[in-house]
Amino acid sequence: MTNLLDVENLTVEFPTRTGPFEAVRDISFSLGRERLGIVGESGSGKSITGRSILRLIRPPGILKANRIALEGTDLQTLSEKQMRDVRGHKISMIMQDPTVSLNPVMKIGDQICEAYRLHAKASKAEARAKTLAMLEAVLIRDPERVFNAYPHEMSGGMGQRIMIAMMLIPDPQILIADEPTSALDVTVQKEVLEIMDKLVRERGMGLIFISHDLNVVSTFCDRVLIMYSGRIVETCRADALHEAKHPYTRGLLNSLPQLEHPVDRLQVLQRDDAWREAASVSGAVKVGAAVKSGKAV
Amino acid sequence: MALSDDTADGERQRKLPFSAFLKGAWQVLWTVLITMIGLLAVTFIIGRVMPIDPVLSVVGESASQATYDAAYKELGLDKPLITQFLLFLGNVLQGNFGESLLTARPVSQDLIRVFPATLELATVGIIIGIVLGVPLGVVAAVKQNSWIDHIARVIALIGYSMPVFWIGLIGLLVLYGQLGWVSGPGRLDIFYVDIVPTVTGMILVDSLLARDMDVFWNAVSHIILPAGLLAYYSLAYISRMTRSFMLEQLEQEYITTARVKGLSERAVIWRHAFGNVKVPLITVIALSYAGLLEGSVLTETIFSWPGIGSYITTGLLSADMNAVLGGTVVVGLVFVCLNIFSDLLYKFFDPRAK
Repeated sequence: MTNLLDVENLTVEFPTRTGPFEAVRDISFSLGRERLGIVGESGSGKSITGRSILRLIRPPGILKANRIALEGTDLQTLSEKQMRDVRGHKISMIMQDPTVSLNPVMKIGDQICEAYRLHAKASKAEARAKTLAMLEAVLIRDPERVFNAYPHEMSGGMGQRIMIAMMLIPDPQILIADEPTSALDVTVQKEVLEIMDKLVRERGMGLIFISHDLNVVSTFCDRVLIMYSGRIVETCRADALHEAKHPYTRGLLNSLPQLEHPVDRLQVLQRDDAWREAASVSGAVKVGAAVKSGKAV
Repeated sequence: MALSDDTADGERQRKLPFSAFLKGAWQVLWTVLITMIGLLAVTFIIGRVMPIDPVLSVVGESASQATYDAAYKELGLDKPLITQFLLFLGNVLQGNFGESLLTARPVSQDLIRVFPATLELATVGIIIGIVLGVPLGVVAAVKQNSWIDHIARVIALIGYSMPVFWIGLIGLLVLYGQLGWVSGPGRLDIFYVDIVPTVTGMILVDSLLARDMDVFWNAVSHIILPAGLLAYYSLAYISRMTRSFMLEQLEQEYITTARVKGLSERAVIWRHAFGNVKVPLITVIALSYAGLLEGSVLTETIFSWPGIGSYITTGLLSADMNAVLGGTVVVGLVFVCLNIFSDLLYKFFDPRAK
């Protein structure tokens, strides 16, 4: 069985005045039909990793990889036109902030229909029906009204549900969620995540969940990659996160308050320059080896 | 699961009742009224502080004191300033700007004659400017720092920095004098003048209405050079603004969303980015157009174009204050109208402004 996605030796470089800056440095991982979390602090390269998979690194950024394979096909060998067929249709991405990620002058319904009709050659009426059904699937109460509304008339939580509807409507195999809830209120976060989780499970998709929130990731993912300064420093099962070995992961965990074990003063996150070059404590990823859903590490 | 935020926006979505529309219309009208009174006050004051003796320019320098005093009274200059202003206001509202010294005809009639000439020239100019300037700006933004961006920059730079009279004269010399591709100064060749009946005062429109294609093509050959010249200057401005608006929009997250969906670059640029550029571009185009409608004095002079710019300037040079004030009021009115029009378009294109 081949994996849904194999990423081998991915590096992303941005030229700067002081020479090239490597935002992502030589990382490898695989994704099965599972929910994979990528956790790290700002600037650790997690969002860039997500965009690399869709080949959306804009110049002057440079993407280098041995392989970024979707079900065995290397995406790097595809033409831009073939790649457009992968985007949305096979791999989709939910963006961070719905207030800036939806086109402000286009009706919500039109934006979702556009995503659908691009890949399924459907008539306008079919697309409309499908869109309304999809809006209902993300628990929007009055789909007809929302269909004809503009993004600024929506709250953040609704905006993100619309985003989920728009990205899932072409029925992709992989969904990348790039900090889907960090722009939302805590109260809305959970309901949006539950909607997303339910739909992803129903459709048996692979999910890459990018976040800086360890709690959220450990709840909604099967496996977690910890990134630090452009590298994967540790890979572990989400339910075994408390057994993590890397000092950075431990530091992240210790800086979270815990209800059962209250402490007077939370630890300050320590960083060590040596980690930048050290290999992952979970050992090298066996590239090409199939990951079994939720159990492999 | 709490879905309370679903209903919160419900009220806003409903169709506006008629009373709200009336309220909006009244607001617009009120703004226009205030602006116009302000404009008329300023125009009136300019007319009074100009170091020109209006009486002297009516009666001439060799008139006797008695004639002078009689004219002084007749012009109402013995009344208090506020009364004079109210009289002026009343006259203007009736479309009465007095008589022009130069043409010895009512200024309002002169304006009806000269304004369509400017309107025609400016409209053809702005249309060419938009048709060429907007795509040029979009392409320059999309292919930022490529050769096409550099060419667009040079074109705009020349447009900004070359004096209009120079390009105008060179254009006449080459295209009319040497190559004979276009007709020379004026709106029509002499044997086409007054053939078609005047309806709008714009010869291009009038000749089409009269279905006289000979006159139409002659008018085209006359207008193409001065309109092209005006178009070039508005193109320089419009293309630069389009470029910077586009660059700003192309950085936005919703553009990435559009790409994630798998849209082609063309759809990303024209449907998504340009959809958002349209809105601020309306203001830029309206301002450009208003600028052209003021009447470009130099262009009108070089091409002997009997428009409002040369009318006001000639009036000014011969102390014909009625002509100057009348022309100024018309130009001001045009500005106000264009502003309102662009506001309306703004609301049409930007759902957030509703």
